Order: sequence, then C-alpha cells, then structure tokens
Amino acid sequence: MVTYIVRRLFTAVLILLGASFLVYQLTALSGDPLADLRESNQPNKEQLIQQRVELLNLDVPAPLRYFRWLGGAAQCLVPFVGSCDLGFAINGQPVTEALGRAMGMTILLVTGAAILAVVVGVCLGIVTALRQYSTLDYGVTFMAFLFFSLPVFWVAVLLKEYAAIGFNNFLREPHIPPATIAVIALVSGILWYICARGTVKRRLLAAVTGFVLAAGILWALSVTRWFSTPGLGLAVILIAGVAIAFGATTLAAGLKNRRALYSALAAVAVGLVLYFPLQPLLAQATTLMIALLAIATILVGIGIGYLMGGYDRRQNINAAAITAVLVAGMVLLDRYMQAWPAYFGNSRINGRPIATIGSETPNLRGDYWVQGLDTFTHLLLPTIALLLISLASYSRYARSSMLEIMNMDYIRTARAKGLGERTVVMRHAFRNALIPIATIVAFDIGGLIGGAVITERVFAFAGMGQLFIEALVRVDPNPVMGVFLVTGIMALVFNLIADLLYSALDPRVRVKV
Amino acid sequence: MTTMTTSAPEIQGTGPEKQGLSQGQIVRKRFIGNAAAIASLVIFVMILVLAFSAGGFMGIPGWWKYTHNEVNDLINGGRPTLQVFPFSFGEHPFGQDRLGRDTFAQTMRGVQISVLVMFIIGIVGGAIGVVVGALAGYFRGWVDNVLMRLTDIVIVIPLIILAAVLGQMASRVVASNLQPLALGLMVGLVVWTGLARLVRAEFLSLREREFVDAARIAGASNARIIFRHILPNAVGVIIVFVTLSMSSAILLETSLSYVGMGVKAPDVSLGLLISQNQEAFSTRPWLFWWPGMFIVAICLCINFIGDGLRDAFDPRQKKFNAKRARDVVARRPRPAGPAKEQ
Repeated sequence: MVTYIVRRLFTAVLILLGASFLVYQLTALSGDPLADLRESNQPNKEQLIQQRVELLNLDVPAPLRYFRWLGGAAQCLVPFVGSCDLGFAINGQPVTEALGRAMGMTILLVTGAAILAVVVGVCLGIVTALRQYSTLDYGVTFMAFLFFSLPVFWVAVLLKEYAAIGFNNFLREPHIPPATIAVIALVSGILWYICARGTVKRRLLAAVTGFVLAAGILWALSVTRWFSTPGLGLAVILIAGVAIAFGATTLAAGLKNRRALYSALAAVAVGLVLYFPLQPLLAQATTLMIALLAIATILVGIGIGYLMGGYDRRQNINAAAITAVLVAGMVLLDRYMQAWPAYFGNSRINGRPIATIGSETPNLRGDYWVQGLDTFTHLLLPTIALLLISLASYSRYARSSMLEIMNMDYIRTARAKGLGERTVVMRHAFRNALIPIATIVAFDIGGLIGGAVITERVFAFAGMGQLFIEALVRVDPNPVMGVFLVTGIMALVFNLIADLLYSALDPRVRVKV
Repeated sequence: MTTMTTSAPEIQGTGPEKQGLSQGQIVRKRFIGNAAAIASLVIFVMILVLAFSAGGFMGIPGWWKYTHNEVNDLINGGRPTLQVFPFSFGEHPFGQDRLGRDTFAQTMRGVQISVLVMFIIGIVGGAIGVVVGALAGYFRGWVDNVLMRLTDIVIVIPLIILAAVLGQMASRVVASNLQPLALGLMVGLVVWTGLARLVRAEFLSLREREFVDAARIAGASNARIIFRHILPNAVGVIIVFVTLSMSSAILLETSLSYVGMGVKAPDVSLGLLISQNQEAFSTRPWLFWWPGMFIVAICLCINFIGDGLRDAFDPRQKKFNAKRARDVVARRPRPAGPAKEQ
C-alpha cells in the first residue's frame, strides 16, 4: 500500500513538472507582455518597459525563465522555511499573496456548491432510479439534460436579472399578489401529484394538500410581512423538527424501530429546550464557537442514541444525530434571519441585499451574523449557477449506478429473504451505489476548483479563476502558474484519493502493490 | 414431409422469418424506437438546415436578405417581428441590435460557426483519442506508459488553460476568416484525453479475446487487427462518447468566446453574441434570448441523441424495471400474520 502511494506520488511529481513546463511555455508564447506599454504614450515609456523586464526577467528566454520560477516554487514544498516564492505578477504584486486570497474565496464557493450538488444530485438520482419510467423520472431526466446543456454565463445573466434584481425589487414591498400565490400553489400541487405514488385518488389528494399548503404558507408570509423581518420561531422549529425526526428515523431505522424514533424526538426536544439559553451565547458568536457547537450537537445526538439502548444502538445514534444536526441548523438559520433587518437596513446595502457581482461588500460593518449574511448573499448566485450545472451529472451518475445495483443478484436475495423495502434500498443497494459516486465526486472536486473559471468571471468573484483569466489576457505567466500549481496538485491528489477510496470502499478492488 | 420441413427451421431458429439481425441493424432499430432521441435528431437537423440555408455558407448566398454584419435602419426600435399566428418572419424576426444589425442573421451565423467548431473539435478530438487509446491498449508496455503519462499531463492542465492559450495562439497565426477552424483544431488537440482512456480500457479487454488470437494466427498484421477486428467492437463506446463530448465542446467554445478567447469580432459565435449583448438585457432582451436558446437547443438535442445512442449500443441498463419489480412484490402472496406492517 505504502509503496503504491509512494510510486503514485513520484509519478505525480513528474507529471506536474512536465505539465508546468508546458503551461509556462504556452503562456509565455501566447503574446507579448509588454504590448500595453509599447502602445502607451507615456513619456517614461522606456523606463517602464525596463522596469517590467527587470521585474519579470523578460530578458531571459522563456525555457530558462521556467527553471528560475521552478527554483522559487520548489521552496514552497520545503516545510517550515516560509520562503515561498512564486514570482511577481505583472503589476508587481507577489503571486503568493494574491493566490492565497483567491484560493480562499474559490474554496469557499466550490465547497458549498459541491456539497449541495452531491447531496441533492444523489438523492434525486436514487429516487428516480427507484421509480424508473415514472413521470417523476422522466421529469427529472429532462431537467438534468436541460441543466447540463445550459451555458453558465447565460444562466448567470438570467439569475442576476430575476433572482437578484427581481427579488431585491420584491423585497422593497414584500407583498405577494394573489395571482402569484395561485400560480405557485398550482405548481406545487402538480409537483406533489408527480411525486406522490399510489392510486390516482391518493395522488390527487396529495396534489390538493400541496396546493393548500403552498397557498397557505405564501399567504401567511405575505400578510405577516415575513420577508421584512424573517425568522423561524419556536413553533416552526417544533413542527419542522418533528417532521425531520420522523423522516430521519424512516431513512435510518424505519418507523417500526420505536427506540430510534424516540431518540430522534428527544434530539428535537433538546434543541427546543436549548433555543433560549443559546441566544445570548450566539449573540457573541465566532467561527470557532460555531464549529465547537456543531461538534457538540453531533455528540449530543450520538449520546441520546446511545443512552436509548436497545439491540441496535447504531440505528438510534444515526437517527438522533441526523435530527440533531438538522434542528441545530434550523436554530442557526433562525439566528441569521434575526440579523436580516440589521443587514437589510445597513447603509452599505441600502435595501438591495442580493448581490449580482463581487465576493463581499466593501467596508461593511457589522457583527458576525451580518458579515455571514453578506457572504451568503454574495455566494448565492454563483452557488446556484454551479449547483444547477453539476447537479445534473451527479443525478445521472447516481441513477445509473443505483439501477445497476438494483439488478444485482444480492438484491434479489435480500428481497427473497423477506427484508423490508427500506432495508433493501438503504442497507443493500444505497451503500453499494455510493461506491462509484464517491470516486467520481473525489475526482470531480479536483477539477471543480479549476473549473469555476467562467462562473467566477461572470460574477466578478475574486477567486482563482478570475486571477487566472486576467493573468492570461495580460500574458502574465507567474499568476497563471500559481493557479495551475494549485489546480494541478489538487487534481493529482484527488485522483489518488479517488483510487484509494475505491479500493477502501469496494473490497473486490485491490490496488496493485 | 412438408410439415416436417416447415417446422424444422422453427426448431433451429434459422428460418427466413427469424433471420438474425446484424449488430448495426439492432442498434438502428433500438435507436429509432427511442422517441426522444429521434425527435432531438429531427430538431437538430432542422436547426442546421435553417442556419446553413438562411445565412449561406462558403460563398453560396443564403435566402435571408440580410447578412450578419450589415447595418440597417432601426425598425420599430429593433423589436422582433416574428409572428407565430399567422406565421410570418417580418422584417427582422429576432429583432435588431443597437446598431441595427439583424439578430436573425447574426444568430444563424453564430449557429453555423459554433456547430462547425463543435464538429471539428469532435472529429479531431475523437481521432486523436482513438489512435492514442488504441495504440496504448493494443501494444501495452512502454508505448502504453509513454502515451498514458502524456495523457496524464494533458489531463492535469485544466482544459480552459490549454484551450485558451492554444486558441489565442491560433488566432494570431491564422487569417481571420479561418479563425473558427483553427480554434476548433486547437481545442480538439486538447479534449481527447477522456476518450483515449476509454478506448485503451476497451482495447485492453478486447485484445485478450479469442477472435483476436484467431486473426493473429491467420496472419493478420497489427494494423489489420486493430482497425478491422478490435475497433469495430469498440465503436459503440466511441460514438457515444464523442457525441456526448460534442455537447460539452459547444459549451466550451461558447464559454471561450464569451471570455474573449475564442471566436472574435467581426466574426460571430453564439457565445460572443451573448457576451456582447448581456448588458442590454433590460432594454433589448431578445438580443440575449435568441443566441442562448439556440445554444441550449443544440446542446439538449445532442445530449438526447447521445443518450439514445448509449441505450441503443448498451441495453444493459434496461433490464431492471422498478415498476415491474414493485408489481411483482405487490402480487407476491403474503404470509399469514402481520401483513399490514410493511
């Protein structure tokens, strides 16, 4: 195993060397870095050219300049020396500095979108596989193909127009006209009809429920002017918490397992009891505190499940932990919503909260929650754009993987043993269907970090993609190399992880030592 | 006697009415049975015919009265004149831009360029991928090692870096009217990696089969074995992959043009049109909608065609039918006892 990893890493280094040489030469050859100065009319033109030649060592031919760059970059790999030298950008800024900032922003954007896309995509894929050839399946398949065919820059303009400008206009006077309520409720009814299964009568009942629910909720939101002062409140957390508890138990243990259900409900109760004591603590939140609270939440969930006992504690623990995390998420969401009026009324925001471009509002002052909301509103549109596009492929992968698993003999065996549908799907099929998806996800994340180039460009999001394109246009090899180094290492590392993950998850696959 | 002769073929299953279908016939039959794929194919062909006949191509004039860079008088503020009932194109069916250029002519020209680039990318990328994958998979050993490390290098470099740099270089070297061709060629030089890996895997498994041994014993040369014996068996995977990669190729081309690294003005591509007109979304939305709709339509059609081809070549996934499985489970006689709990 260790030999395998060492050998892979050794090849990876060689590949990286070859590829970086190629990228450097290509970038250097792609144009003239002095073009803008040559055309300028400034009196000290010669001096400026001289300065830039000095800064970027342009008097050295590109192949040799690469080795000089390599010498600097190699220092980054030596730990604890702290002398990382990736050269200078064309404007004199050290690349390490710009790259560090851009990398943070890109990772923030990509992780959120990737996690959401995987979770939603896999769920959709599994559900459509289980209900193959139903209206739901055809609908989701069509949507997946549609999303897959959308150019991201086109979606971006639409999102800016409708999700940002339109929504901001709506927020000025958050009143939903009855016609809109009717249309949305009708759509909701149709969705419920498609998602429900069983006889036509049952599905129609579901459609009516969906219609009434959507209409009621929208009407209530409009009448109470919820969008001006959003919040969940204890009542909503209670109702949604109980629903989550039942849902999590159904998936993790099955409703027949009463102990699991009681563990999940206990987790909801703990969340509700802690709601008020937590508020003063959350008022002075820091990132570290939120992280600690998140860990504490999971531990509480595990503890409840463990204390509930029974013959299979694992199921209680799963149900309680999932419920605890989701309920805690709602409490957190509620806290963010409480900060909304402060953010909305902030003079820098001026009542137009959803940002169309950029990664943060400059000079925004506010506490932890306001700053958090600012990040959210800036991440919202690029995340949706990335989500829509990667969602489609994950749902297709998950669907075909699940369909293949459902064909396996051991699934037939499981059914023949008389196991319930939940056990067959969740225990026997779902876990095995995840194996190929896990490797695809690992492989994708490596590529995604470099793949957000266009998205970042469209939303003027100050990430690595933006840095890269700007550098490429100005024929500036050092930032291009910096970005490439990050994406290349990511791609190779995640490639290795994907292979190792496959052999770890699927005992039939062994790495060759 | 007569009864015996008529029943004999039935037993053996070789009678004229039960004659086996060739692989190609089976695939064709399955593909034609796929309504979504056929509908997409028809729409795609219609888009192509519309674009190439309206705008004219390679010096042959089209039937549309305006060209893409001709500046006309603004009619009715440049609003689209397309009418569905009764159908009429009007003066400027897709409207006009700020300068008065006809959006229909521009969009048609954009479709031509984008589709052309897409096909070149598909053909070049497909050819390189097949050759590299076939050589690596067939010869194994050091050939495989060298080619696969080369593939790894190209894979590691993000696609957009390579495409952007190569595309930019191409646009400097080549005359401007050949620019899209050069762009397609350059991007094609980059996108072959996935196909090469796929073809290599196919070849690695196919080369161990008996028919390859048989061919070798019969004295066939390596080239003959590769092209006549192994490649036809891998053609399904290749066609499907190339088709689906064409839809990402058109997205890549439009993205590059959008960023300003692909097709450049005065020529038009769908991505370039959107990039030029996105600022005018609130005042002249049609400038933005039409090119976008055509990108989505082309891409969607190709995806459905590719999916149909995949189903036609590889029917494995059709075996499990959740609905039927559920019906079987539902019809299964339940054991006595707590039957309601399920």
